[in-house]
Amino acid sequence: MRSLPLIFLGVFFTLALSWVGIVLVGHLQLGDLEPASAVLVNQEAEPIAGVFFRDDRTGAYRMGANQPGEPVFPIQLTGSAQRGKRIYESMGCIYCHSQQVRRQGFGSDFERGWGDRQSVPRDYIHHERVMLGTMRTGPDLSNVGLRYSELWQHQHLFNPQITSPGSIMPRYAFLYEVRPISEDRGPSPRAIQIPDAFHPGPGLEVVPTQRAVDLVAYLMNLRQDYDLPEIRRAE
Amino acid sequence: MSVPASIATAIDPRTESPEAIRVRLSEVDTSMKVPGVFFMISALFWLMAGTVFALIAAIKFHNVDFLGDSEAFTFGRVRSAHLNAMIYGWGTNVIFAVAPWIMGRLCRTRIRFTNILVIGGVFWNIGVTIGIFGILAGDKIGVEWLEMPAYATPLLAIAFACTGVWVVLLFRWRESGHVYVSQWYFLAAFFWLPWLYTIAQIMLVFEPARGVVQSLTNWWFAHNVLGLWLTPIALGAAYYLIPKVLGRPIYSYYLSVIGFWSLALFYNWAGVHHLIGGPIPAWLISAGTVASVMMVIPVIVVAINHHMTVVGLHKEGWASPTIRFVVFGAINYTAVSLLGSAMALRSVNEVTHFTHFTVGHAHHGVYSFFTMIMFGAVYYMMPRLLNREWPSAMLISLHWWATAVGVTLMVVVLSLGGWIQGLRLNAISDDGTVVYQFMEVMEYLNPYMVMRSLTGVLITIGHVAFFINFFWMLCQRPDPRTPARPTLLTNEA
Ligand code: HEC
Repeated sequence: MRSLPLIFLGVFFTLALSWVGIVLVGHLQLGDLEPASAVLVNQEAEPIAGVFFRDDRTGAYRMGANQPGEPVFPIQLTGSAQRGKRIYESMGCIYCHSQQVRRQGFGSDFERGWGDRQSVPRDYIHHERVMLGTMRTGPDLSNVGLRYSELWQHQHLFNPQITSPGSIMPRYAFLYEVRPISEDRGPSPRAIQIPDAFHPGPGLEVVPTQRAVDLVAYLMNLRQDYDLPEIRRAE
Repeated sequence: MSVPASIATAIDPRTESPEAIRVRLSEVDTSMKVPGVFFMISALFWLMAGTVFALIAAIKFHNVDFLGDSEAFTFGRVRSAHLNAMIYGWGTNVIFAVAPWIMGRLCRTRIRFTNILVIGGVFWNIGVTIGIFGILAGDKIGVEWLEMPAYATPLLAIAFACTGVWVVLLFRWRESGHVYVSQWYFLAAFFWLPWLYTIAQIMLVFEPARGVVQSLTNWWFAHNVLGLWLTPIALGAAYYLIPKVLGRPIYSYYLSVIGFWSLALFYNWAGVHHLIGGPIPAWLISAGTVASVMMVIPVIVVAINHHMTVVGLHKEGWASPTIRFVVFGAINYTAVSLLGSAMALRSVNEVTHFTHFTVGHAHHGVYSFFTMIMFGAVYYMMPRLLNREWPSAMLISLHWWATAVGVTLMVVVLSLGGWIQGLRLNAISDDGTVVYQFMEVMEYLNPYMVMRSLTGVLITIGHVAFFINFFWMLCQRPDPRTPARPTLLTNEA
């Protein structure tokens, strides 16, 4: 083992092997997933179970087509929610929150009400930044849009102690503007209600900045409540 | 081991050097002086910065009001600043100091054109500084281990090209026909990192892959920064330093070959175990699990090889700061890797995933193993670069005890707390409801978080001692009348 080219060849191929195996094959298998209707159809337009069906003429397995006229999922985020995702990323919410529901029987994700089906690769095809997360200092957020109101989200971000006393989630009060209520126009319609114990003071109001509005729009859009053909619900 | 005599001398970095080789080595030392000192100063500043970020992040876990209204120092950003300062600031700078030096010594060739090395270093540090400011300013990328914003990347790439290529060139210019196992580890590492980094940048930042392929790339990359960059460098350094300081050849040449190639083959598949249970095809997860378990081979092989080299010389070793740190690191390499293999098993992972256990494991690897070995290497290298000894044995001793005890306690606290956290999060009663509410688990962890901060303070004390000793050494004028003798830790309890 004295020759440089030989060592290089060795270290090149070992890494190449894993890159091909994990990244490239992963890409080939998952890279062209498209939004799908809850049930797919075969070439005779008959509904099929699952994603693949057997072509009777050739005997080969083929992928089903979306059912015409049915809505397809997942839906692409737009506008405010899309921008909110960037806030989520830049604040580092990912270091405390995951966005993936594990199957029933593996962990307690179902029992905690974090989702009623396992997350699948297709759920993430529109995420230009996939943030599955590796830490659950806080709850999983895959379906948090289904759990709370916008007001709750705003109060919680302004100060988590309002909604969740004792929480160790940081407050994001800097996403809110605390300002005097306008003398002539009165309270802003956008101001959020804050309980007395946490209120900044009489004559003041708490108004979300655009960033807070976007972040909450994003959170309200976190939901995996649609059906996909690959999901087999245990019912 | 019936090794042919020629190989036996080849693999022995200690080789009772004839005068000529001595001169060679001291040429290497002299040529590495400027870059070595430059990289060490940078590394130390990053170590201190990373430590401060770490303390801030740790304190926030039990005291939400601490810097609670600062956007730049919100938890999600300081945590990333900490990680990046440690991996790319401290870790990579110290590697740039230690690896070319050991490589040069093993190749018996002085380091030429050192200004290019220094220029690379300047770029690297500017890049990391920009990257960390970018993170704190909110431009961070939501990919773990790759948080530095895209505008820092080109600088880092240029810098790495300037510095990394040196290790390869040194090998080309080698004047010793022998090739020692440390040299493979270094060559491989300096080849692997740029490849990993380039692919990760392309597939995650510039042309992001679709959907969860990103997550696969992310963990292929992140785990390999540890496995194919920090690990081989630390192992290579240990392979060099243990025989060198103890004056005894490495136990087995063949074991070191097996250890190297099995690491190269298996480690880079292991990253997928960070995604167990996630929306990833099951076969990929299985492949990751298998590879993680296969990692037992290189780990055991290296453990035997290191242990058999040290065995019987524990007393002598204990007096040498280098051996103390390096052997501590080597032992922890075995421990952390075996634990890591276990954590890739689905049943274990079900408990540890998403908990502080993983955080403890990361510190076990990057600190107890990698960083401790680097400390040991620095204690050996600096006197040779500067031709003077460490001024204070007391500070070395303080550094040793504070960091060794500190990080061990930290890993124990996080592992224990994390394990119980995982059990409680998963506990389901017979009627299908959770046994512990989420908030109960969170509150239960509070004392562990306080203890984690305390262990962090202990480690900080160690870093300060190291910092002072280093700059003291740098500034002191050697007294030509008293011949320098190595600073040993002999008269300590
Ligand atoms: C230091 C860790 C931490 C960080 C960082 C963090 N959170 Fe949390 N989060 C928690 C904890 C703990 C809880 C549970 C207690 C609570 O409701 O506050 C929580 C709860 C939540 C909930 C309610 C979930 C539920 O099902 O009850 C939402 C929504 C949320 N966080 C959003 C965010 C967003 C958005 C960010 C980033 C801007 C963020 N979190 C950053 C720790 C964190």
